[in-house]
Amino acid sequence: MIGFKTTVPAVLGAAALITLTAGVALADCGIESGSVRILSNDFEALRIVNSMAEECASDSVTVTANATAEHKNIQGPALTIDPAEYTVAVVANNSIVSLLNEGLIRPLDDLVAEYGDSLRPNQLISVDGKVMAIAFMANSQHMFYRSDILEQAGVDVPTSYEEVLAAAQAIRDAGLMEYPLAAADKPGWDLAAEFVNMYLGTGDDFFVPGSAELAIDNENGLATLEMMRAMTEFMDPDYLTFDANVLNQEWDAGNVAIMTQWGSLAGAATGENANPEIAANTAFAAAPTFHGGSTPAVALWWDGFTIAKNISDEDAAASFQAMVHGASPQTVAANPNVATWLVEGYEPGPAAVGVIATANGGARAYPMQPYMGLLHTALSTELAEFMAGQEDAEQALADVKAAYSTAAREAGFL
Amino acid sequence: MPHKTFFWFILPSVVAMILFIALPIASVVIQSVYVEHERVLVEVENCGPFGCSTEVRVDTEATEQLRSEQPLGRFNGLGTYLNRAHLAVEEVGTIVSTSASIGEALTRIYNLPFYKAFLFTLIYCFVVTPLGIMLGFTIALAVNTIPRLLKGPVIFFSLLPMIITPLIGSLILYWMFSSNGILGATLQTLFNDPTLTLRQSPALTWITLLVYGVWTAAPFSFVVFYAGLQTVPGDTLESAMIDGASRWERVRFVIIPHLAPLATFVGLVQLMDNFRVFEPIVGFSSEASATSLSWLVFNDLVGQDSQAFGSAAATSVITILGVVILLTPVLIRTWRDFNAKGA
Amino acid sequence: MSASVGKQPLYLKAAISGFVILWLIVAAFPFLWTVWGSFKVEADFFSRVGWWNAIVGTRTELQTGSPFTGDGYYGAWVTRDFWRAVVNTGIVTISVTAISLVLGTLGGYALARSGHKYAFWILIAALVFRAMPHITLVSGYLLPFFELNIWGHLATSIIVLVAINQPFTLWMLHSFFLSIPKDLDESAMVDGCTRFQAFRLVVIPVMWPGVITTGLFSFLLAYNDFAVTSMLLSQDNQTMVPKISSFLGSIQEQGNVMYAVAAVVSATVPLFILVLFFQRQIVSGLTAGAVKG
Repeated sequence: MIGFKTTVPAVLGAAALITLTAGVALADCGIESGSVRILSNDFEALRIVNSMAEECASDSVTVTANATAEHKNIQGPALTIDPAEYTVAVVANNSIVSLLNEGLIRPLDDLVAEYGDSLRPNQLISVDGKVMAIAFMANSQHMFYRSDILEQAGVDVPTSYEEVLAAAQAIRDAGLMEYPLAAADKPGWDLAAEFVNMYLGTGDDFFVPGSAELAIDNENGLATLEMMRAMTEFMDPDYLTFDANVLNQEWDAGNVAIMTQWGSLAGAATGENANPEIAANTAFAAAPTFHGGSTPAVALWWDGFTIAKNISDEDAAASFQAMVHGASPQTVAANPNVATWLVEGYEPGPAAVGVIATANGGARAYPMQPYMGLLHTALSTELAEFMAGQEDAEQALADVKAAYSTAAREAGFL
Repeated sequence: MPHKTFFWFILPSVVAMILFIALPIASVVIQSVYVEHERVLVEVENCGPFGCSTEVRVDTEATEQLRSEQPLGRFNGLGTYLNRAHLAVEEVGTIVSTSASIGEALTRIYNLPFYKAFLFTLIYCFVVTPLGIMLGFTIALAVNTIPRLLKGPVIFFSLLPMIITPLIGSLILYWMFSSNGILGATLQTLFNDPTLTLRQSPALTWITLLVYGVWTAAPFSFVVFYAGLQTVPGDTLESAMIDGASRWERVRFVIIPHLAPLATFVGLVQLMDNFRVFEPIVGFSSEASATSLSWLVFNDLVGQDSQAFGSAAATSVITILGVVILLTPVLIRTWRDFNAKGA
Repeated sequence: MSASVGKQPLYLKAAISGFVILWLIVAAFPFLWTVWGSFKVEADFFSRVGWWNAIVGTRTELQTGSPFTGDGYYGAWVTRDFWRAVVNTGIVTISVTAISLVLGTLGGYALARSGHKYAFWILIAALVFRAMPHITLVSGYLLPFFELNIWGHLATSIIVLVAINQPFTLWMLHSFFLSIPKDLDESAMVDGCTRFQAFRLVVIPVMWPGVITTGLFSFLLAYNDFAVTSMLLSQDNQTMVPKISSFLGSIQEQGNVMYAVAAVVSATVPLFILVLFFQRQIVSGLTAGAVKG
């Protein structure tokens, strides 16, 4: 963690010294031959990376890309067969886990040494000392706030969730808004992510070290739940149906003063199609801390690529080179505002400040534990009654633990 | 029909169904009685753009070895069916023995994910099916009396709720029912309650889902009944009139009996479809107040980061059994009809 | 029942008209609203300020300078190549309908004419098969399909959709065939036809309305399918519904909902034409068949 705090500012320093290399011949990826088959999620930044990688196609190199929202469900079986259907799987810190668990992706150390000159050290995702993925973009939730509303209410920009509550009270008391807060509390993936974020802020671990035993039924777990519910006091009564996309709509309508929202959606909140009055007063900051913790209470995410194990070394080399080209400094220079890139030469735009402040604040990455997904699922279904005010925090934690343990036993972790 | 002829006629259908439905069901059933091998875990240091941390990884080689010895996993019998995520036998036992009153016991049982989903599925099934059929029947009766020229367009607009892909249909209705949406806002004005929101309380959410269910289910019944009405023999109706039967009596004693076999067909299809209710729950973002068996399967298989095949398999098998139990009366009826035909 | 049986009193006429009008509003309003809204921007159509914005188009005017915009249609059809999905959908739905009907008429005819016990059990098995949640079936297909190298192709999805829809098709056609008198094909066979000739030359022509009705339902099933097509087709082969869902964005990424809305309105147009065209057949078809149960 200490090493990290020094790397990120260094990264940003390097980013400031942007070197525009966009003039280099586009399609020369240096690949002799091979077949590149990419499987990725379907959103703009990844479509750009895919199409840049597709430029590497030549007489002896074929490049195809399949961008689909179902990638997480397809990747397992698609990489299990030999030869694998796809040579490249684009993943994030949650979706890499199932590939690691099943041993479907190969270590990249040799390829990095041979073809990875343009990669920065902090792009390398290593597991047990072996590079297993190359990250090219970062994302996290962070604080969105309305500078005008905070000013009128006479409160400073909050830095902790306790201050967020106080600020919300002040805004309500000043008669500015009845429901100044919002969060993605929709039961399912979103609600579970909210819990994970808040709990990360306490600095505590989710599991007993070295085992799959759940460790959240402690004082910090209770405090996390109590805070999540305390915030709902200041939220629109429909808060249990809000996901991240709805949050942006609410924000755009001027209904919210402070929220923790995805950095990848920050551009839309201030972009050309946003409500100009709101956008002008929208500001971003690091995610708040929680419960006396010193780091932002939020998980950091990366998106990156992995190379399948069950393919020939030739295809692996070709795929690696094509993907390095796909997420190269040229790509980033041509599309600076599409994502918070981790690639050399990226100059953060105004919409990226929140993610960078959160990373610099020392927030922790979303855990890559093999059974983290099971906990996420358990949280996604068992917290709804608590958030609706129908059960108490102890009961909610007990339910989560019971659901998680059942799933972990079925999956062979307990 | 001789066996041989029958065989050749039915062969393509049966082959398709065996390959793509029966075999997968068999494998699902087998899967549901196994759980995965114990994973061999190793503590390692993971590093990324945001620093290093000590985490755990699965020793894939060691796990692979276990797997090659027993490819299906560890035999678990009915364990998966009885665990907390499904029938929760143990938990229900504890609840029953430690609860002070029946009410408390039921509340605590309802807190278990399977029973929460099961209750909504059943209620949805038993409310939407009859109401949908009745609404469809009423529309069919009404449309049957309007001038011929108008019938075409009316039938066409009546089919719309069935046609629009639920993916978007429920998204739009979700917005309409929100407190800023046209229906939500109108209801607020009607009841003169600016804080009224349909998605706040479980009861209102359920009502919204049930109304949506009836709305999408009615057109199917309507089309089938409307067609059926065209075949009601005119002379029977006329003789009923001569006997002095009132309008209502004609519907009650001539039309309804005539349409009864059709109602069986519609009821069969609709009961089954409603038991598998899934789209409106996601579309209306109502997971907090209402889930269904199909939603549980979806959540296990595709909704999350980790896939729980065994668990989804068990829920699917329970769904099939549920449908079979629901349809038993219809099946018995079909059996009688069939025997009558065979004779 | 013909309308000539009994003249309606005025109050009944009024009540019926009122009911039909009310139902039409309830049935068609969301769709008409969507058609109207597809010419607005997202901030209006999904306005969190008030629904009036969707009528007047406040933000649409602000963003595009006019209260109506074709941006959604442009984005879907030109930027994101929606036409490709339309072509794929055309191939899939027409093939599924045709194959389903061929298999279904053969099977349904056999089931309707056989008095043996096993015919009944096949019908029951088909019914039970239909109860399986599709998503479970589809998850099971993935690994074998990848192994056989048939994943992602249109043909694979077509076969799967045919198989999954077969229980419904069989049941429906079976009841249609029951309504056709046995004497018809038996007399043809007495005249020297084989069973298949009797089926093809004598029964099918009489069955035409029933076939068309069943075909329409098969068509709708394939047209609206999400579970199969989203998991079994590669991006280039995507059909309309998964394509529309890809417009919606994911948890962390902004989608373009108006592309999806415009695409949905576009996707409904062929269905309109189809339903208008086959309206008569739907009705006369069902008349011929399902009545017998």
